[in-house]
Amino acid sequence: MSGWLSSLRNTGVHALVLGGFSMAAAALLAGTNLLTADEIRQREAEDLQASLGQVIPASLHDQSLLANMLSIRDGAGTDVNVYRAVKEGAVSAVAFEVAERGYAGEIRLILGIGRDGRILGVRTVRHNETPGLGDKIEAAKNDWITRFNGLSLDDPPEDQWKVKKDGGRFDQFSGATITPRAVVAAIRKGLLFFGAHQERMLAPMPTETRP
Amino acid sequence: MNTDARSLVRAGLWDNNAVFGQMLSLCPTMALTTSATNGFGMGMATLAVLTVSNLLVATLRGVITAEVRIPAYVLIIATVVTVVDLSINAWMHELYKVLGLFLPLIVVNCLILGRAESFASKVSVWPALVDGLAMGVGFTLALTVIGAVREVIGSGTLFADASLLFGRAFEVIELTLFSDYPGTLMAILPPGGFLAVGFLLAGKRLIDGRLQSPESAPAAAPACHSV
Repeated sequence: MSGWLSSLRNTGVHALVLGGFSMAAAALLAGTNLLTADEIRQREAEDLQASLGQVIPASLHDQSLLANMLSIRDGAGTDVNVYRAVKEGAVSAVAFEVAERGYAGEIRLILGIGRDGRILGVRTVRHNETPGLGDKIEAAKNDWITRFNGLSLDDPPEDQWKVKKDGGRFDQFSGATITPRAVVAAIRKGLLFFGAHQERMLAPMPTETRP
Repeated sequence: MNTDARSLVRAGLWDNNAVFGQMLSLCPTMALTTSATNGFGMGMATLAVLTVSNLLVATLRGVITAEVRIPAYVLIIATVVTVVDLSINAWMHELYKVLGLFLPLIVVNCLILGRAESFASKVSVWPALVDGLAMGVGFTLALTVIGAVREVIGSGTLFADASLLFGRAFEVIELTLFSDYPGTLMAILPPGGFLAVGFLLAGKRLIDGRLQSPESAPAAAPACHSV
């Protein structure tokens, strides 16, 4: 009788060992998650607040930029979080993230736009471009990204929102065309998104906002 | 197997160094040594995971049956990495922004599974702890040195952004060696990583050869170390 029975018993022991390990691991992970979740959420909110603060001047809002978030579905069917800067009950500016495929993966930018449709500021939030070439889109490394300030979809005209190599208005960097091309395309897309939804974004706030 | 603390530390730091002795973990080594600061940070995170995983594997070696040891080790390592990942995200957020992308990759760092399988599973808790610390410190030193070489050649700085990682007090170690340095892109890109590791490895072999036979210097080819 013994052959298959003892091998069955062995398998049972292994299963118990692995099962026990899995349960202990799950308990440990659940505990760690419980301990760190609040802290992580707070750190992420601070990060978001900091990057929003870079594209919307403090003089344009008297409420937290995180307080008036609006979720709007874009043309591709993804929900975009639009953060509204509110001053004296009126929306003075909005900021949201735009993304475009760069040379190595997605480039994410945060774009701040004023009521009049002019760009207040653009910052690179995340990218994976080549160090030394494509990473000039970081404000810390080069001021290239600041040259979009004050521009809008009419200035330059929409068909000029390209890098010079493609017949547009914007400088590429030496040795890297794909990265600036992606950034220009992302900003243009962001301006179009603003144009399509500006009524919703800039609609007056409800007069009584309860905290 | 030699398990006294002295020889374990010697093995971890020099003879059997993770990068320059065992040639393990080359993937994170190439990816994270674009600057001395990044190399050091990744080394410290690996050190923490390796030490805890070695400790757990040695403690539980009586419970883990031989047939299921590999999945059990992987489970232990993955759990430890996740705990470290969440903790760094919560309490050392600046460090997380630099290393965040690479921390989960420690799970597949063969150094850690290698130490669990070839060492920690066969010894008691104390030598496993010493081995984890020694291997981890050796890995950190290797990554910092490679990062320093690539950073100096590539960007002309040393320990740039160290204060972002460790706090304001560390601004003093941020050095700009050559101002107006145009930068050598290749040193920052992966080929520069391979070149730096290659030259440093050759240097270590040269020293090893000198140490082995001081009178007939480079005659004896240094032995290849294995576990």
